[in-house]
Amino acid sequence: MISLSLTDVTWFLLLAARWTLLLSVIAFAGGTVGATLLLLWRYGAPKIGQRATTIYIQFFQGTPLLLQLFLIFFGLPMLGVEVSPLFAAGLALTLYASAFLAEIWRGCVDAIPTGQWDASASLGMKFVIRMRLVILPQALKIAVPPTVGFLVQLVKSTALASIVGFDELTRSAQIVANATFEPLEIYGLAALIYFAICYPLTVASRRLERHLRVQSHRSLLARD
Amino acid sequence: MGYELEFTAILANIGPLLKGAGLTLGLTAFAAIFSLLLSVGGAVTRLWGAPWAKALVGAYVELIRNTPFIVQLFFIFFGLPSLGIKLTALMAAALAMTINLTAYGIEIVRAGLEAVPEGQCEAGLSLGLSPLRVFIQIVLPQAIAVVYPSLVSQIVITMLESAVVSQIAVVDLTHVADLIQSRSYRAFETYFAVAVIYLGMALGLRWLLDRAGMQLFRSQRA
Repeated sequence: MISLSLTDVTWFLLLAARWTLLLSVIAFAGGTVGATLLLLWRYGAPKIGQRATTIYIQFFQGTPLLLQLFLIFFGLPMLGVEVSPLFAAGLALTLYASAFLAEIWRGCVDAIPTGQWDASASLGMKFVIRMRLVILPQALKIAVPPTVGFLVQLVKSTALASIVGFDELTRSAQIVANATFEPLEIYGLAALIYFAICYPLTVASRRLERHLRVQSHRSLLARD
Repeated sequence: MGYELEFTAILANIGPLLKGAGLTLGLTAFAAIFSLLLSVGGAVTRLWGAPWAKALVGAYVELIRNTPFIVQLFFIFFGLPSLGIKLTALMAAALAMTINLTAYGIEIVRAGLEAVPEGQCEAGLSLGLSPLRVFIQIVLPQAIAVVYPSLVSQIVITMLESAVVSQIAVVDLTHVADLIQSRSYRAFETYFAVAVIYLGMALGLRWLLDRAGMQLFRSQRA
């Protein structure tokens, strides 16, 4: 049994939390690109694209993230592709985030009234111009609160990377807890660090949503 | 590149897979039932409780919703014994899932209760019903009917997240997959097949609960 001071443990876990943050950033950046590609495919090729992206989203939202991670970490080497824990976790979280972000953003694009599409088309705007000048500016605005909300889910999901041996916050907590035999304090501390990362995002998402609701209410009043 | 997919290991282990799936569903059902009851209590407290009770439930909800399920599970399974509370892996899994689902359930049920027009309550009271009967027979059914789809989604999410309990040696569906792949060296096929089983269970559970909801709340919809 090793005894470490609380300061030592806290410092060790805070350093490990950097990897949690890095993994979250990788997953969010990758997920943004992935979701954009999925949506372009969906709206660009209404027949195949729509069906294929629906199946993709269905699979990644309807199966446990843990199995997606195992599929990549243990499955790919069987197919001859060696992967490191960071790569496996980054890839699994990217694919996962792509599905969720695509679904969230699709909802936001679909929420734009068809009149906006028709009006911009009748002004002679091409698809890309219509998207860039009319649809996306409106869709992006309503997309911000749920996207920030999803970030919370993503940060929490990075904890699963500990299972394939990536030394982020949860795995570091496991290592320390096994060495000091103080699991209650260590996991409690790890939980508090996650809370410190996630809670501000939760609050931000809630505020943004309220702000948006007030705004849209005002614009409705102004229209009358 | 001579890798050929082979699913014989899966077919040879249908029995254990079914058992694992049964345990996953059983844990989900346990968590869903107890969470629903606790969520109603929590939501009522959050809306109409004493200030300290409101704050307590609020803190519980935020703490659980902003930390990973796996950390909650480890806290319960590895941490609680040092306080003298000894739990088997299965009990820890059921407890962690219930605690987690309840936090989301409280917020969902609260939204439902807030959506019921006040007139419903006033009408019930003016008919001479006791406040408790007004709540149980008039307000609560309408509240649950409004948020039922969200509850179903959250239950399905809990089932998918429960894959993590395999890490404390609960022999759920994911744990069975681990066993099969470690014996057969067919990791890709095993995890893929089991992912598809989960997908089927998620779709099936959603379908079943949606149907049940239609039956239960038929009278609620105008």
